[in-house]
Amino acid sequence: MSGHESTYVPKTGVEKWLDTRLPIVRFGADYLSLPTPKNLNYWYTFGAILTICLVTQIATGIFLAMHYQPNTAMAFASVERIMRDVNGGWLIRYVHANGASMFFVAVYIHMLRGLYYGSYKAPREMIWILGCVIFFLMISTAFLGYVLPWGQMSYWGAEVITNLIGAIPMIGEPVLIWLRGGPAIDNATLNRFFSLHYLLPFVIFGVVVLHLWALHTAGQNNPVGILIPKEREAKDTIPFHPYYTVKDGFALLVFLMMFAVFVFFMPNALGHADNYIPANPLQTPAHIVPEWYMLPFYAILRAIPDKFGGVVAMFGSIGVLFILPWLDTSKVRSMRYRPTMKIFFLIFVVVGLILGWCGGQLPDAQVVPGMPSFTLIDGQLNSYLWLTRLATLYYFAFFFVIMPFVGLKETPLKIPASISEPVLSGPLAMSGAVPADAEKKG
Amino acid sequence: MAESVVTNEHPEGDATRRDFIHIAAGAAAVGAGVMMVWPLVNSMNPAADTLALSTVEFDTSKVAEGMQIVITWQGKPVFVRNRTAAELTRVIADNDASDLKERQTDQERTKVGHEPMLIVIGSCTHLGCIPTFGSGDYGGWFCPCHGSHYDASGRIRKGPAPKNLVVPNYEFTAGSTIRIG
Repeated sequence: MSGHESTYVPKTGVEKWLDTRLPIVRFGADYLSLPTPKNLNYWYTFGAILTICLVTQIATGIFLAMHYQPNTAMAFASVERIMRDVNGGWLIRYVHANGASMFFVAVYIHMLRGLYYGSYKAPREMIWILGCVIFFLMISTAFLGYVLPWGQMSYWGAEVITNLIGAIPMIGEPVLIWLRGGPAIDNATLNRFFSLHYLLPFVIFGVVVLHLWALHTAGQNNPVGILIPKEREAKDTIPFHPYYTVKDGFALLVFLMMFAVFVFFMPNALGHADNYIPANPLQTPAHIVPEWYMLPFYAILRAIPDKFGGVVAMFGSIGVLFILPWLDTSKVRSMRYRPTMKIFFLIFVVVGLILGWCGGQLPDAQVVPGMPSFTLIDGQLNSYLWLTRLATLYYFAFFFVIMPFVGLKETPLKIPASISEPVLSGPLAMSGAVPADAEKKG
Repeated sequence: MAESVVTNEHPEGDATRRDFIHIAAGAAAVGAGVMMVWPLVNSMNPAADTLALSTVEFDTSKVAEGMQIVITWQGKPVFVRNRTAAELTRVIADNDASDLKERQTDQERTKVGHEPMLIVIGSCTHLGCIPTFGSGDYGGWFCPCHGSHYDASGRIRKGPAPKNLVVPNYEFTAGSTIRIG
């Protein structure tokens, strides 16, 4: 796919003139005619969906910024003014607020898809790493944005999260004061958070461009996980347009319908009522929880009894994703042909959901109400504290133990020689396929 | 193009005047870049007007026995608590308790002659939530966020918080008036 030759022929005089000066039409045409594996399923449509999510967030955000006041005395009221008085302001803000959640729904599916089909393995490590950079920037941007309405959850979320940095030994305290611009979260903090919240989406946009560049250099992965040999390119690929523009477009429509259900029928279902109370630096809400998409990481933070240890574990849970391509020892990309790993993967998905659930609960609350248990070290075994710890243990074990070990020990199924083979010949003929050797095939 | 003009009279690997100029120019550019970035980074530090709000005065005689008043200092809540005799007896008895994470006696956390008056910054040393008085296991504060228990001296006894509630720098200026900061 990297050696894709341009088939664009400028037709009109203007196109010819432009093509020798700035071949931007050629660039777009080549993009649309890009040979793409013909077996991509609907899990592969989330890249396009994410692009639309980013554009939606930037577009709505620009218009919200025209009405928002980044000042502690006015921020909350200005958001309420957007909701009540600005023409269509309620719609723009609800799209922006729910859009963040939709963005994370899509990105989690997109990442799990990459994990399942081995899209991070050679030669696609850079695609994956840039994706991790985007994910980290997304989390940062979402956190900064959540502070802006200056409600109770905004303020106390900012307090708790910035305090994480204060946990770093030695430099923590000065860095914390530098970051906040004062001894406590205040106007200086709100101002800089607004500035950065406006900046980071454009940084994300830039990294997305790099992400796509890497994608088109290394070539698309596909559910079978094999590289398409040059001689089979004509048979196993189809042009991106119209085949995948239509498939992505259909998936996008379904996704937007779900998005619209949230915006129009349950716009506050994913938020917290406490954030409609103006920030009060002298009163902490009884139960501080981050937005749902941060809950698994928040759970990991709380699982560790040591303050700095918790911070390290939380950042480590995201950091480990960056080195994932080197933790997986398997030569087979797609888990379709890795029956053992597939089971561990499904457990991993469930554990991720459990971590998310735990992150929203009080640590001391009982998981099974009324079930007697005993105290293990520093808490009841039948508590979210211990459920979180067990889930955290699996989360890290999945990357550091299961991935390297299973990759060496398992016996993968036979990989088809081409992506057409399993479709054309059926399961019986599959047994005659060449033995699994992903490296040789690509 | 450079080869046609400059003849390299020096043996391979030897530093030339040209190398020196490259390194010197590069170093100057890096230095200039850092000097350019520093004011930007430094602008994020607390501004002069923020720093100017660094002291506050308060008359502790307004706090009756068993009562707590919360004042703000540098945007942070400060608890001024006039403890009862029973609370005082309990925290002094706990001076040698084995579960103190950061060992401090109650006397070290108060001023001589003003022992019942405890002045601490009211943010949990874990992640900064405000603890509430009276609901913990040790007759002191309890942080609702992540379950840290403090005694009536503000010392951490149980939970994830690493340190005792911080006693700010303060002194009694005249009679019962304190100046924090």
